[in-house]
Amino acid sequence: MSFLVGEDLTGGYGGPDILQGCAIAAERREITVVVGPNGAGKSTAMRALFGMLKLRSGKVRLDGEDITALAPQARARKGMGFVPQTDNVFRSMTVQENLEMGAFVRDDDISDTLEEVYGLFPALKDKRRQPAGELSGGQRQQVAIGRALMNRPRVLMLDEPSAGVSPIVSHELFERILDIARGGVAILIVEQNARQALELADKGYVLVQGRNRFTGTGAALLGNPEVRKSFLGG
Amino acid sequence: MEDVVNAVVLVTNFLVVPATAYGCQLALGALGVTLVYGVLRFSNFAQGETMSFGAMVTILFTWLLQSWGVGLGPLPTALLALPVGMGVTAGLCLLTDRWVFRFYRRTKAQPVIFLVVSVGLMFVMNGFIRFVIGPADRVFTDGTRFLLTVREFKAFTGLSEGLAIKTTQTLSLVVAVVLVVLLFWFLEKTRTGKSMRAYSDNEDLALLSGVSPEKVVAVTWLIVGALAAVAGTLYGLDKSYKPFTFLSLLLPIFAAAIVGGLGNPLGAIVGGFVVAFSEVFLTYPYRKFLAYLGPEGWRPDGLVQFLSTDYKFAISFFILVVVLLVKPTGVFSGKSS
Amino acid sequence: MSDGVEPLSVRLGRTLRRPGKTALFAAMAALICIVGLAQSWSLALAILNLCLISAIMTLGVNIQWGYAGLFNAGVMGFAALGGLAGVLVAMPPVTAAWRAGGAGVLSALVLASLATVAAVVVYRRIRHPAYRRTAVALVVVAGYFAARALFEPAVRAIEAVDPSVTGYLGGFGLPIVLSWFVGGALAAGAAWAAGKISLGLRADYLAIATLGISEIIVAFLKYEEWLARGVKNVFGLPRPVPYEVDLQNAAWFQEWAASLGVSQVDLSSIVVKLCYAGLFALVLVVLMWLSEAALRAPWGRMMRAIRDNETAAEAMGKDVTARHLQVFVLGSAVIGIAGAMLATLDGQFTPTTYHPLRFTFLIWVMVIVGGSGNNWGAVLGGFVVWYFWVEAEPMGLWLMDFITSPLSADSPVRSHLMESAAHMRLVVMGLLLLLVLRFAPGGLIPEERR
Ligand SMILES: Nc1ncnc2c1ncn2[C@@H]1O[C@H](COP(=O)(O)OP(=O)(O)OP(=O)(O)O)[C@@H](O)[C@H]1O
Ligand SMILES: [Mg+2]
Repeated sequence: MSFLVGEDLTGGYGGPDILQGCAIAAERREITVVVGPNGAGKSTAMRALFGMLKLRSGKVRLDGEDITALAPQARARKGMGFVPQTDNVFRSMTVQENLEMGAFVRDDDISDTLEEVYGLFPALKDKRRQPAGELSGGQRQQVAIGRALMNRPRVLMLDEPSAGVSPIVSHELFERILDIARGGVAILIVEQNARQALELADKGYVLVQGRNRFTGTGAALLGNPEVRKSFLGG
Repeated sequence: MEDVVNAVVLVTNFLVVPATAYGCQLALGALGVTLVYGVLRFSNFAQGETMSFGAMVTILFTWLLQSWGVGLGPLPTALLALPVGMGVTAGLCLLTDRWVFRFYRRTKAQPVIFLVVSVGLMFVMNGFIRFVIGPADRVFTDGTRFLLTVREFKAFTGLSEGLAIKTTQTLSLVVAVVLVVLLFWFLEKTRTGKSMRAYSDNEDLALLSGVSPEKVVAVTWLIVGALAAVAGTLYGLDKSYKPFTFLSLLLPIFAAAIVGGLGNPLGAIVGGFVVAFSEVFLTYPYRKFLAYLGPEGWRPDGLVQFLSTDYKFAISFFILVVVLLVKPTGVFSGKSS
Repeated sequence: MSDGVEPLSVRLGRTLRRPGKTALFAAMAALICIVGLAQSWSLALAILNLCLISAIMTLGVNIQWGYAGLFNAGVMGFAALGGLAGVLVAMPPVTAAWRAGGAGVLSALVLASLATVAAVVVYRRIRHPAYRRTAVALVVVAGYFAARALFEPAVRAIEAVDPSVTGYLGGFGLPIVLSWFVGGALAAGAAWAAGKISLGLRADYLAIATLGISEIIVAFLKYEEWLARGVKNVFGLPRPVPYEVDLQNAAWFQEWAASLGVSQVDLSSIVVKLCYAGLFALVLVVLMWLSEAALRAPWGRMMRAIRDNETAAEAMGKDVTARHLQVFVLGSAVIGIAGAMLATLDGQFTPTTYHPLRFTFLIWVMVIVGGSGNNWGAVLGGFVVWYFWVEAEPMGLWLMDFITSPLSADSPVRSHLMESAAHMRLVVMGLLLLLVLRFAPGGLIPEERR
């Protein structure tokens, strides 16, 4: 049994079901990538895993425990971290305060984790007193990831972390994500930049219209001609 | 030269001092509106009545203390009763949240439904208050009336214009400053305060950071209730307490909150002073002031008043209109949607 | 269509659970008849007349709230403008006042309009933002003081003309029924201004802006004595129906009363009230017909689509703000009409009676209780809530008397409670609003989903 499992996820935003029984699982120390066309329901699936969507059916398990009924704040306490696709920083709060909010559920000393995050993203250290809303897109993305890391998550879910970020920074970002995975975290990434992401991935899912279309190792998906034709642009 | 000093004293006495006291009261009221807006995302029409309720509880308790012969000497007894008023009002806010607003929060009702509900609540509270204390005017100030009297000032300076400072005016300023400092310390430095700001900034992100929405909402209501009780009591001490006045205070309070940017606490404070100073300065007859500054023995013909005091609250409205037309998010950029 | 198939028990069950509007209106008529039988028919008709006016006002608010989800917190102001129209249309002009200050007031108004136009022109012409702001401010301030310099002596002159009787410009001496149209137009104008400023921003801003505008309108009517005597009130607005004394003096009427065996005084009062009721009912029927037609027309469908999903409607290319402005102006016009009718019924204009509790809040309770979005519901709400608002006073006193009866007659608690019973009416109305919103958000006659 995988570390984080979502089975038969079905539900939407009150209207028609956006997710139609999709299943996603992530392992510790591994990178799992979800790709798919715009509007496939990738972000919706992430929200479902974090308890921010009313599911009509389906289950979410973390480390074998059924957490389907838990509220998002309870999942944060269980060691889940999530970087949403949009609006993923507190704009009116400083960088440091954003990071502190990431550690909101922790009661112990957070200064070590803070230094770790600044070590990971040195650019943030100089900007620590600046409101996050005044940062550049790439820096904001770093704050968002740093905020999620502050909780020392066991699972880290990232929704398009490389969106709006230059190729160089994006490359660096993935390097960092690999580092984080090596530290024992289960990583689940949604990526628009499918080729780059699948190259790193231990496992990949192709989601179409709320259903799993293809599943396999990153290399297998990259090698699958059908996947390449429809989703990787040849 | 002495004329100029007299003119300055005149303006200080009739404009600056009263406007400062009024500004403090409005700022505290507007803080309540802006906090509720930031966290619960609706304009609370019941804010005026919440202030009225707090003042009423304080007055009732003041009477009780007075009947026991307990007092604070030169300070108004109401100051001793104020913590009770704050506590009871905070409790009332929690109760109304539980009985009224929570349901709509759970069902994710549209903001305008919250608005209608708060109007309903406003009238229930208005009726209840008049039921308990009656519609009449209540003066409950005791202790020393003036910190500085006109006579003392004139004897001290030898000027022909006097300056008086009422105890209640000083009290408004001191209490407001203390509370605002406390509030900002709470919002900036404490964990709960930061979680409140985070929730107000980005609700979803706060949730997935582990912030409990019900706790944030409860803390917000506690603060709003306590601040409203203080604002209402200070207003009542400074002028007099009459249940009907709080209905018309709603407009300047909203104007103050919107000028500063709904959801922005600092903006609400600045907005409170902008509205208070505009109201006082634009309705003051400048005849005597100009007479001091003009040539010897000259006096302007009319009152030299920009607007009659009858239209005092029209000024809040005009400020509001200008802000809505020019910068709807307010001077300090609150939330626009 | 399935009527023939459905078993009777099912139909009966549904009728019991959700009484049809015919049944509800019949029950309402019965309630009014009870007053007629138990108290007096004259009182019953007085209640009926105010019910009719309330229903029209409620219809106006329902157009705004039910059709479009717009929250108007200034019903009071729009109703007061209707009342002002009654004075301006129907009272005879005061020629002496016009001679004393008419020209001054008019020229001040012209000057003010010119200054406004000038400000707009300056705003359009000057490009540099800093200069533009200063220039506009200068034009506005200069225009304001110039207009006031003309205005103030004129107002003093007007108010000096026989102040105990007139002291104002008077009206145009036209039939008062015309004021119903004028009242609608005045309210529509004010609504246009309020809507222009605040629509398109968040929903709260419209509520706050209307709250402000209505307070300013009422203050204006209270303090501008040259216009409609302010707090000195205008009495004796001409009537659209006969006067009781005239009837009592008419030979045919005396005979009729004798043949019916009722006193002339009672009969004349009932006949006059019936005349009013007929006029008001006519207006209500016409407005109701128009509202229903509009709601059924593509226009109504579009309004509801916008209300239910603004973003989607916007995406489909609908100009949401313009539609909202339209519906807001229409609804306010209806409120203005009702305000003018109310002044007609009262036969006087008293600005101090315009209180937000009576004119804004109560109308809202009527809409919510009746059924927002449904014109029939709104009308029924107007009837029911007004009825209980009037009858609650005796009921409340009776209830308080009953509750406090164990206390001795001179107990201070008892006398305080008896005195305060009137305030409980408000609490009850507020609770009614909250309870209906929470547990029966559709109201008595919910909106038909079509
Ligand atoms: N808050 C919402 N309310 C209603 N519908 C929504 C909401 N968010 C997304 N949807 C709908 O759900 C569907 C899936 O959206 P989702 O954001 O999950 O797609 P995605 O796969 O993440 O797309 P992208 O690659 O563009 O980020 C879309 O049709 C969208 O319109
Ligand atoms: Mg997405």
